[in-house]
Amino acid sequence: MSDFLKIQGLQARIDADGTPKDILKGLDLEVPKGEVHVIMGPNGSGKSTLSYVLAGRDDYEVTGGSATFKGQDLLALEPEERAALGLFLAFQSPVELPGVNNANFLRTAVNAVRRARGEAELDAVAFLKAVRAETKHLSMSDDMLKRAVNVGFSGGEKKRNEVLQMRLLQPSFAILDETDSGLDIDALRIVAEGVNSLRSPDFSALVITHHQRLLDYIVPDRVHVMAHGRIIHSGGPDIAKTLEKQGYTQFLEAAA
Amino acid sequence: MPAVTETRETVEKLAKSSYEWGFETDIEMDIAPKGLSEETVRLISERKGEPQWMLEWRLKAFRAWLQMEEPGWAHIHHPPIDYQDAHYFAQPKKKPGPKSLDEVDPELLKTYAKLGIPLHEQALLAGVEGAEEQRLPVAVDAVFDSVSVATTFRKTLAEAGVIFCPISDAIREYPELVRKYLGTVVPIVDNFFAALNSAVFTDGSFVYIPEGVRCPMELSTYFRINARNTGQFERTLIIAEDRATVSYLEGCTAPQRDENQLHAAVVELIAMEDASIKYSTVQNWYPGDDEGRGGIYNFVTKRGICRGARSKISWTQVETGSAITWKYPSCVLAGEGSVGEFYSVAVTNNHQQADTGTKMIHLAPNTRSTIIAKTISAGHSDSTYRGLVRMQPKARNARNFTQCDSLLIGDQCGAHTVPYIESRNMTARVEHEATTSKISEDQLFYCRSRGLSEEDAVGLIVNGFCREVLKELPMEFAVEAQKLLQISLEGSVG
Ligand SMILES: Nc1ncnc2c1ncn2[C@@H]1O[C@H](COP(=O)(O)OP(=O)(O)OP(=O)(O)O)[C@@H](O)[C@H]1O
Ligand SMILES: [Mg+2]
Repeated sequence: MSDFLKIQGLQARIDADGTPKDILKGLDLEVPKGEVHVIMGPNGSGKSTLSYVLAGRDDYEVTGGSATFKGQDLLALEPEERAALGLFLAFQSPVELPGVNNANFLRTAVNAVRRARGEAELDAVAFLKAVRAETKHLSMSDDMLKRAVNVGFSGGEKKRNEVLQMRLLQPSFAILDETDSGLDIDALRIVAEGVNSLRSPDFSALVITHHQRLLDYIVPDRVHVMAHGRIIHSGGPDIAKTLEKQGYTQFLEAAA
Repeated sequence: MPAVTETRETVEKLAKSSYEWGFETDIEMDIAPKGLSEETVRLISERKGEPQWMLEWRLKAFRAWLQMEEPGWAHIHHPPIDYQDAHYFAQPKKKPGPKSLDEVDPELLKTYAKLGIPLHEQALLAGVEGAEEQRLPVAVDAVFDSVSVATTFRKTLAEAGVIFCPISDAIREYPELVRKYLGTVVPIVDNFFAALNSAVFTDGSFVYIPEGVRCPMELSTYFRINARNTGQFERTLIIAEDRATVSYLEGCTAPQRDENQLHAAVVELIAMEDASIKYSTVQNWYPGDDEGRGGIYNFVTKRGICRGARSKISWTQVETGSAITWKYPSCVLAGEGSVGEFYSVAVTNNHQQADTGTKMIHLAPNTRSTIIAKTISAGHSDSTYRGLVRMQPKARNARNFTQCDSLLIGDQCGAHTVPYIESRNMTARVEHEATTSKISEDQLFYCRSRGLSEEDAVGLIVNGFCREVLKELPMEFAVEAQKLLQISLEGSVG
């Protein structure tokens, strides 16, 4: 189905201390059902902005274009409605919630989403079982469940915690914003495995990364190059290798 | 639209949804006419069947009160209170009081059911998630208006030698104990509201834990104001003898009504050598409508004295109700090495005003105190934390640690921290930390992107903010307190 996630001419701006700043400038992108796509692009090109706009962060103002997900107007939904619909964003910088017990946070989130999807809520026992299976998978210590959400977590622990949330919330479309950054090589493999094992005809992902090496672990269906708020080039996994060797210059020149 | 604006609007919208527990129970009442005079004091004493010394004590208090003035220093504003425009005595007509739950007016039980108050042990012992530590069963002394009508668990307590009864029963049955301790921590003339309470108090609890006894259950009183325009004057006295331990829970809700209601309670705690008293409060009185009309005025004097060496008094409170709260649970640390603790969460919303805090008076060497105060303000509310730490000349090596954190929701509310530190001993050490924060857009968005509604997100963040205090509460109270926080900020947080 081609209109699983469909973005057309998307424009968005942010209020930067009183002056509006355009960041997305007519972005087109489609991610079909069951596919994993990668976005690469220079710092500041708007990759995180795209992920925030898709997830529903309201300090970005959408000034043009459209985004539909499963046939629905994504931009008209509240963030929690998007989550219920199956969208998940693994944050580039996960947010700390002081005093909020991680296990409690996860369970509240899982049950909120299950309720919205018309599924039965998990009781404490069922939830703990599910969570323990996942933490084991991701080589996370139980200690991280008892701590406050992301507070004092190392960079790598935060990223793993994002992947844990993704796996528990069972999205049909996940955006991973530089989830591989700051991971050691073992963690990288574990996280990649966390994504790969979700791959199915019913699961799609948009993976934002700066590192070609991630693509050794997660083999994408397509790679997009983003610059200045647009997708300027799309192709197969081999684009990433070209980028690694030659940088963005040739794509930027071709697009200019 | 920034989340705070939205939040404020939601608060305003939701505040209009009526107070969840604002209902009135239809029970026949025996009510004294409005007004306060020596006559009223005599009537109360007579209705309670009190001995002469008690009447004289009350009259002394009443005469002192006539000479006193309402304190004007708290950071709160209210129309003048007409002390003549209230009833000072009201009790359900059914007399004498029931001896067991079966005899209790079914209307009353229905009220408790509505409040979700668990009168039966089974309900109390029903598993609560996360209950890791071993929990004690709870004995409930329910105060309905001015008279305690149902007391459970009396037998188990009696076997342990613990006395837990309405204070009016104690005045008749244990006069020597009451006479020995009543007014020793909060003297009659301590302050305007304490004097008023001493003159007209109609009920409250009396707890006596004999030497070496660890009270076999949590003791719990649910307060509730039910008669229209009845001032509520509770008097609670708790005594823990050497090496005795007790945990006491106090909670309350009140029905919605139009006129402001005065509540002036006095609580006195006395801990002897190596004794420990833990006093926990979840307070949820009617805060008034969104303009603050009709809420409870809550002027409370709570004070404990650590008389014996190494004794400990710990106050934990979650305050979400009242139009006006004026309350400073305090510890007088008179025993060498004694410990005072104060853990507090105060939530204000709409037009609520709260002026709360604590006093830690260090009299003896090596005494220690800890103050953790969390303040959450939303809507147009205003909250002040006022804390006094006093190190007296003999308080060698005394220590205090104070932490005050404020969380603001929206930009129309206020939070103030007013620490008073008086140190008269060079070796004493006082530490004070304070923070003010807002719930950030980042935090809200993070939670919502995980499927939480904005309201649940705020609830979660607020509960996280209060964690250090909530974890001090006994388990069943902690669960109730979390619910209350959520309800009181409903929409506020929207
Ligand atoms: N709140 C803001 N105020 C001002 N400028 C902003 C704000 N948020 C984003 N920007 C700007 O928008 C542009 C795009 O930022 P974005 O975070 O989307 O880039 P990115 O492609 O994710 O970069 P990176 O690879 O470094 O993560 C940047 O120039 C950034 O400075
Ligand atoms: Mg980025």
